[in-house]
Amino acid sequence: MPRIVVDVMPKPEILDPQGKAIAGALPRIGLTGFAAVRQGKRFELTVDGEITEQILEQARHAATTLLSNPVIEDVTRVEVIEEDAP
Amino acid sequence: MTSTSIETPLIGDLQSMTGNDDGPLAAVRVGVVTFPGSLDDRDAMRAIRLAGGSAVELWHGDHDLQEVDAVIIPGGFSYGDYLRAGAISRFAPLMEQITQAATGGADALPVLGICNGFQILTEAHLLPGSMIKNEHLHFLCRDQRLRVENADTHWTGEYWAGEEVVIPLKNQDGQFVADNRTLDELEGEGRVVFRYVGGNPNGSRRNIAGISNTAGNVVGLMPHPEHAVEAGFGPDSSARGEVGLRGGTDGLGIFTSVLRKLVG
Repeated sequence: MPRIVVDVMPKPEILDPQGKAIAGALPRIGLTGFAAVRQGKRFELTVDGEITEQILEQARHAATTLLSNPVIEDVTRVEVIEEDAP
Repeated sequence: MTSTSIETPLIGDLQSMTGNDDGPLAAVRVGVVTFPGSLDDRDAMRAIRLAGGSAVELWHGDHDLQEVDAVIIPGGFSYGDYLRAGAISRFAPLMEQITQAATGGADALPVLGICNGFQILTEAHLLPGSMIKNEHLHFLCRDQRLRVENADTHWTGEYWAGEEVVIPLKNQDGQFVADNRTLDELEGEGRVVFRYVGGNPNGSRRNIAGISNTAGNVVGLMPHPEHAVEAGFGPDSSARGEVGLRGGTDGLGIFTSVLRKLVG
């Protein structure tokens, strides 16, 4: 079934303590090539049937009202994704 | 009950302890909302009774505020903190009623959000800002010293501005954040109600532990005043001087404040 992907990231000016902890752990497994890590969230909204502009609009609304908090997060993507191969 | 009492009363007959069950404050009905995952709803109800008021159980899924005079949104992990702390609870049917009743000036419904309750109030846009993970990423549980910055809100009238209190702090997502414009506005309007003293425990902007809305009827704070209301079950210290083991009751004033305010 078709899906809409919503990506949410912490705002650039907000310190991301989880991302910072991950950045600190990477060198411990020998991976030293990364200067910083920021951790976000990905949501997949599955649609039963065709994705219309109206449903896409609902997804955008969900993204800004429930899936993210505009005080600390930005919605960076609301997009229909192609069906994965089975 | 006197706050200097060091004897441990244990869980017992509340009425004999408070001694004011038929006093004027008993007519004030304060609702405490339970969500799936609330933890401190019973403690908040007990705090209301110890302060002399009447506690009313409220259920998040109901549409009826049962004509309560004030509401406490208690601490805990409603919906397991899924998505973001408070993000799902904010859309509970009862929250719609509360949001409506709490908006509209100084006569609006007094609402106190403690810890997860504070997070719910920010998600509901009744209070500005938001809480993110503690700077150090650890769950922190300790007795915390705070300064009451604003003693004019509905929930802090029993204190004086500048008075310090010691009440427990226990959370993982306790770092208060907001943009600088919002922070300046909060400071300028005297809406920073509580500030951490003796070190910032979680990275909160400008050491902010609690804030209010413009009218002062809605207050949110991260530490737990309901855990510092009863000698024998409170912190080991008090900002008012030496107390016995678990003898700190500095949080009780929050609850007596709203009762006195409502009695007029």
